[in-house]
Amino acid sequence: MPEDVLIEAKNLAVHFPITKGILRQRKVAEIKAVDGVSFFIRKGETLGLVGESGCGKTTLGRCLMRLVQPTDGAIYFEDVDLCRLKKEELRSVRQGMQMIFQDPFDSLDPRMTAEEIVAEPLKIHTPIRGKALKEKVAELLHLVGLDRSMAGRYPHEFSGGQRQRLGIARALSIRPKFIVCDEPISALDVSIQAQIINLLEDLQTEFNLTYLFIAHDLAVVRHISHRVAVMYLGKIVEIAGRDTLYRFAKHPYTIALLSAVPIPDPAVEATRDRIILMGEPPSPIALPKGCAFHPRCPYTREQCQEEVPSLRQIAEDHWVACHLV
Amino acid sequence: MGLLLQVRDLRTYFYTETGIVRAVDGISYDLQEGETLGLVGESGCGKSVSALSIVRLIPNPPGKIVSGEVLFEGRDLLKLTEDKIRDIRGDRIAMIFQEPMTSLNPVLTIGLQIGEVLELHRHLNRKESRSEVIRLLRMVGIPDAERRIDDYPHQFSGGMRQRVMIAMALSCNPKLLIADEPTTAVDVTIQAQLLEMIKELTSRLGTSVILITHNLGVVARYVNRMAVMYAGRIIEWGPAQELYRNPQHPYTIGLLASVPRLDQPRKARLVPIEGQPPDLVHLPQGCPFYPRCPRSMKQCASERPEPRLVDLDHMVSCWLPLDA
Repeated sequence: MPEDVLIEAKNLAVHFPITKGILRQRKVAEIKAVDGVSFFIRKGETLGLVGESGCGKTTLGRCLMRLVQPTDGAIYFEDVDLCRLKKEELRSVRQGMQMIFQDPFDSLDPRMTAEEIVAEPLKIHTPIRGKALKEKVAELLHLVGLDRSMAGRYPHEFSGGQRQRLGIARALSIRPKFIVCDEPISALDVSIQAQIINLLEDLQTEFNLTYLFIAHDLAVVRHISHRVAVMYLGKIVEIAGRDTLYRFAKHPYTIALLSAVPIPDPAVEATRDRIILMGEPPSPIALPKGCAFHPRCPYTREQCQEEVPSLRQIAEDHWVACHLV
Repeated sequence: MGLLLQVRDLRTYFYTETGIVRAVDGISYDLQEGETLGLVGESGCGKSVSALSIVRLIPNPPGKIVSGEVLFEGRDLLKLTEDKIRDIRGDRIAMIFQEPMTSLNPVLTIGLQIGEVLELHRHLNRKESRSEVIRLLRMVGIPDAERRIDDYPHQFSGGMRQRVMIAMALSCNPKLLIADEPTTAVDVTIQAQLLEMIKELTSRLGTSVILITHNLGVVARYVNRMAVMYAGRIIEWGPAQELYRNPQHPYTIGLLASVPRLDQPRKARLVPIEGQPPDLVHLPQGCPFYPRCPRSMKQCASERPEPRLVDLDHMVSCWLPLDA
């Protein structure tokens, strides 16, 4: 693994079995949520991961944390293969990785105060207790823009944006190197989203954090990411440096996704042609043969219906999985 | 083009244990025939409640339409009897909501659900309504409509379900379609399909649309006019082009500046609106936005700004002097 890479996934797969029968469960099919995905994230970098619902982006994020067991493949975090670790070993490695969730209300215990929420990881992973712990929590709250006088409040007493700040403080408490941000701003109001993005950027600079930023808003992903990966039905179809991807997208799906993003300006929209994709993503249980995108692809040809395209490098920092590129 | 809808000083309050929530607090606007109005704002700004108040779908208690007039085709909808307003709902005024699964009955086939509307409002018999439903399903682009008419809602994907809702809403050629965040629950590629279809069908049928959304991008492409709401009030109103090009209210300016745009070079840093969304039970005395406003003045804290004209067709509620 190159020196500057923090985490790398190799041929990662997560397949969920679909079973039938009550006493004797037979496997009748499987959902290939993540299906042979390889990528790396450099230290201090943000990799944006975009794709539509059901494409496997959340499962991939959870799999990196080993919250979901991979079916196949390897995850290297600082040269340690996470898939081979036993439970106790995993716990110590997990100190280096944390997660921020979409809905801060669902991911915060409603019966715990802000202080208890932020202190919990510290109690599990560090020997800090008592007054030092209190001080540390106050410091973390301040870091994410919350007042220390709010420490005694419960999650429902905070607004959505403040709750997300609390979730970030909890994730930061044990000084992780890597944070999976799973749609961290999707549930927030527009005027608050920019606040949280700025906060995540500031924290990244201050602590040299590495992010996997999962989102479906392509404009936000361009803003925050250094590199961007596009997923479709369990596979990465394109991955490139941010400017490369947004300027020179090659995969028809990426191009269509970019085209579908509305621009908040009627003058621009009036002159803009959009590619409207036909149809809907197929069911992940019954994936089409060949390229999974071929039934919706405007450029599909015979080869696409037969062969699965592999992710090929076409430029220094640009990989695409498409027969036509 | 004639005037279709006039809303005057509409107020809808919710009486809760913690106090009175002034969800809609004195809004007025006009809607022309064939026009699409965007109601934009963040969660809790009153955009949905104000639209639901038009058709009187406010749960009472705790909600109550306290005052105002809603003139639709010359009649005040707020003064109609319950029977009369029911005749209008689904017929002259139709609605589509964010989550189609919660608006469709899970135990009835979609053919029966759309057919019910046709039998009730258009007095078709079973046979006529069935062929009309098939026509409607084809119109909204549902493949294999003859077969799918007998399917249940759960057998459709989210995007297809929203198409069913659109078919149902347009089944009686309504004069007004209220679309409350119709594409928030679906993916961007499906969102584009649905919005293009709503635009195409309503312009063909001459239907006016009130499009409620928090997404400034959606509004830009699909509306003629927009109203920006904050804390139960319309704080800026005007033609969409004008509002995007020349926003006057600091909140509108802030909203437009805070979203990253794909058509512009990437900015080093986003400019958020500081502070938290307003607490509707404890609104400040003056302008509801003043605690977050970067340009607030002394007057803003004590006096509520009244709407005034910026231009012939552009209104703003703000004390700041207008930009020359």
